Amino acid sequence: MEFKTTLFYIFSAVTVLAALRVITARNPVHAALFLVLAFFNVSGLWLLLQAEFLALALIMVYVGAVMVLFLFVVMMLDINIERVRQGFWKNLPLGGLVGLLMVGEMAVVLSGRYFGLANLPPQNLPANYSNTKALARVLFTDYAYPFEVASVILLVGIVVAVMLTLRQRKVTKAMHPADQVAVKSKDRMRLVKMAPEVDLPSVEAKQGEQA
Amino acid sequence: MISLSHYLILAAILFAIGTVGIFLNRKNLIVLLMAIELMLLAVNINFVAFSHYLNDLSGQLFVFFILVVAAAESGIGLAILVVLFRNLSSIDVEDIESLKG
Repeated sequence: MEFKTTLFYIFSAVTVLAALRVITARNPVHAALFLVLAFFNVSGLWLLLQAEFLALALIMVYVGAVMVLFLFVVMMLDINIERVRQGFWKNLPLGGLVGLLMVGEMAVVLSGRYFGLANLPPQNLPANYSNTKALARVLFTDYAYPFEVASVILLVGIVVAVMLTLRQRKVTKAMHPADQVAVKSKDRMRLVKMAPEVDLPSVEAKQGEQA
Repeated sequence: MISLSHYLILAAILFAIGTVGIFLNRKNLIVLLMAIELMLLAVNINFVAFSHYLNDLSGQLFVFFILVVAAAESGIGLAILVVLFRNLSSIDVEDIESLKG
């Protein structure tokens, strides 16, 4: 067996096992860590397919950012595992049936006998071929506009995530800038009209009356 | 030699595992999001495999954009999850029924 074939089978076996553990793990932290394992192995598969840039981007974006976010949220929430696991296997017969049907149908269709998929030759790129350079050349010419839209999507994601989780505390004392700008001099100082001072009768005169 | 159909069947298996995960984890919204990530990963494997065997870089670019959208999606999804947990103290899908008429 060729070395690349062995690598393919190792990577895909670990990926499938890790994916199975993701959906069955008791502890969500373990599920997140198994998902990291699956991402690593898929990244290896993409290296076999000579997609080096995407393989490294998958590790950086997913393992470095998204999965860390998942772990943060899992550890922040106080989840009652016993309650979450109630009736866990209840839906397995239906779900397993749907999953097996999907895999079976896809395997029949894709196994290569009908569409000639097995006859497609793999690429043989020269050793000094740069996948990143080729991707960048297409990305910044033909796909420049979708690239800009993708950055806007990320910006919207940032704004939404911050606005959703922002919590105004009652105890914080802060200026409200809009109120500050809209203030008028009338609100700041109030002039009150008062009657002039009245002369009260003196203390000695009062005492003289009582005596 | 590894042919295109090997990769496609692997992606189909991963996608099916993600679907079964959605069936199983009805009470755990976090693992549900992870199952969605698995399904997206399976689709990405398909794109990269086709891109390799058809010698066309557009598939890899599409995976790039899927990664962007998936990152934004999981960020917003987790933010919604945090707000939900603050209000309900639960991440059970069956507790989220306040929009029911």
